[in-house]
Amino acid sequence: MAEISEVEGVTHREGGIAAYLRRVWVVAEKDVRAEMRSKEVVGTMAAFSVLAAVVFGLAFDLRVPRSELVVPGILWVIVLFAGVLGLNRSFGSEVDRGTLAGLLLAPVERSAIYLGKAAANLLYFLIVEALLVPALLILFDVNLLKPIVLLGLLLGTIGYVGVGTLFAALTSRNRARETLLPVLLLPVLVPLFISGVGLTSVILDGRATAEAWPWLVIIGLFDALVFAIAFLLVDVIWEKG
Amino acid sequence: MTDRATPLIRCEHVEKRFGHKRVLRDVSFTVAAGEVLSLLGANGSGKTTLLRIISALDRPDRGEVWLGPVPLSSAAAEIRRYVGVVAHAPMLYDRLTGSENLSFYARLYDLEKPQKRIEQLLRTLDLWRWRDDAVRTFSRGMTQRLAIARALLHDPPVVVLDEPDTGLDRESIDLLTELVAHLRSRSRAVVTTTHSIERAQVWGDRVFELRGGHLHQIGCPDRNTL
Repeated sequence: MAEISEVEGVTHREGGIAAYLRRVWVVAEKDVRAEMRSKEVVGTMAAFSVLAAVVFGLAFDLRVPRSELVVPGILWVIVLFAGVLGLNRSFGSEVDRGTLAGLLLAPVERSAIYLGKAAANLLYFLIVEALLVPALLILFDVNLLKPIVLLGLLLGTIGYVGVGTLFAALTSRNRARETLLPVLLLPVLVPLFISGVGLTSVILDGRATAEAWPWLVIIGLFDALVFAIAFLLVDVIWEKG
Repeated sequence: MTDRATPLIRCEHVEKRFGHKRVLRDVSFTVAAGEVLSLLGANGSGKTTLLRIISALDRPDRGEVWLGPVPLSSAAAEIRRYVGVVAHAPMLYDRLTGSENLSFYARLYDLEKPQKRIEQLLRTLDLWRWRDDAVRTFSRGMTQRLAIARALLHDPPVVVLDEPDTGLDRESIDLLTELVAHLRSRSRAVVTTTHSIERAQVWGDRVFELRGGHLHQIGCPDRNTL
């Protein structure tokens, strides 16, 4: 066994906004690297999304005259429920493996941990949505690949990930977190859900794009509010470490 | 933080309760630079709670803990740079390799050019050969050694070891004993818990026992005779 040698001089980099962003990146990159090996979160979310789309396809196939009437709701319902599956693992896996304490022991702002986790979650959501949108095209023959719909989906996903990551942190150390998270999260997501469905319906119905802008503004305001509240609350959540 | 005139750890009148159970009652002690304090106690006696408070992972209901001149109750995130912790959970990501785990923590601690430090610790703790293996393939002892490397990565002046001998074989315990002596020689303040009275005496300059929430000094080993 190697002898213990003198410790090399350990020096730290300077702080500042660049250091903050670097820490956000470090947390996100670690999550994505681990996820690429386990495929635990994206695999579950993707499988659920495609299966749910198929089930909705079977359920509405014979009864709905125009698929455009139901696809906006189906899209956002699937995103909502698939998201809960993924968000539960965001901090839950850290608690289960005892690594959350490692993050909290590091000289890192709690908000940097939150943002890093949110960034990783956003990537998972976008991957799943990239599979879901073509699946809906195949199953319902409805093309969601329209710039305003995709912009709404992106902004809606950012807001969802923002509030979802915060609530996942809040419930992570609760034994009933898997049931608690959706119970807390879904009511808060109602404005986002209504706006997302409203925006998608406007575009799929072929109405004027101007009618979609109010929905986009609501989603944008929701996002801004969510991240502002998250920054205020995130330190309190981990007050006791 | 390493001025010998100021204790690196100062714990004053710390109390902690969980519900109706008072786990820590008026616990006070100091640990100077280059001193190792061994803590004994039965399961549930509050050893881990005390170490969590020193590590800024938990807050006392009463009393205060200072790291150097800084009270933890008002300390910024930066104070956590001064503490290295080995806890019951290894705080390692089992899908990442040993090297990736240390690299992740080195970046969280903003270490400059951490690769040399990582290699040094992995070689010291006899893990270099397995540096590219996923942690989930490690034995309990290897995982514990990697957890020790993680705790010492940023060369903290205060080191907290919560039963670091758990799951280690004889050879690894000898290495750990050597490591504790090394930390003492480098003026680190070390607080360690163990269930082994023999090891508590070998490692510690002072030995305390937590009993009924109170801290009792039970030994002050003579280093020359050990």
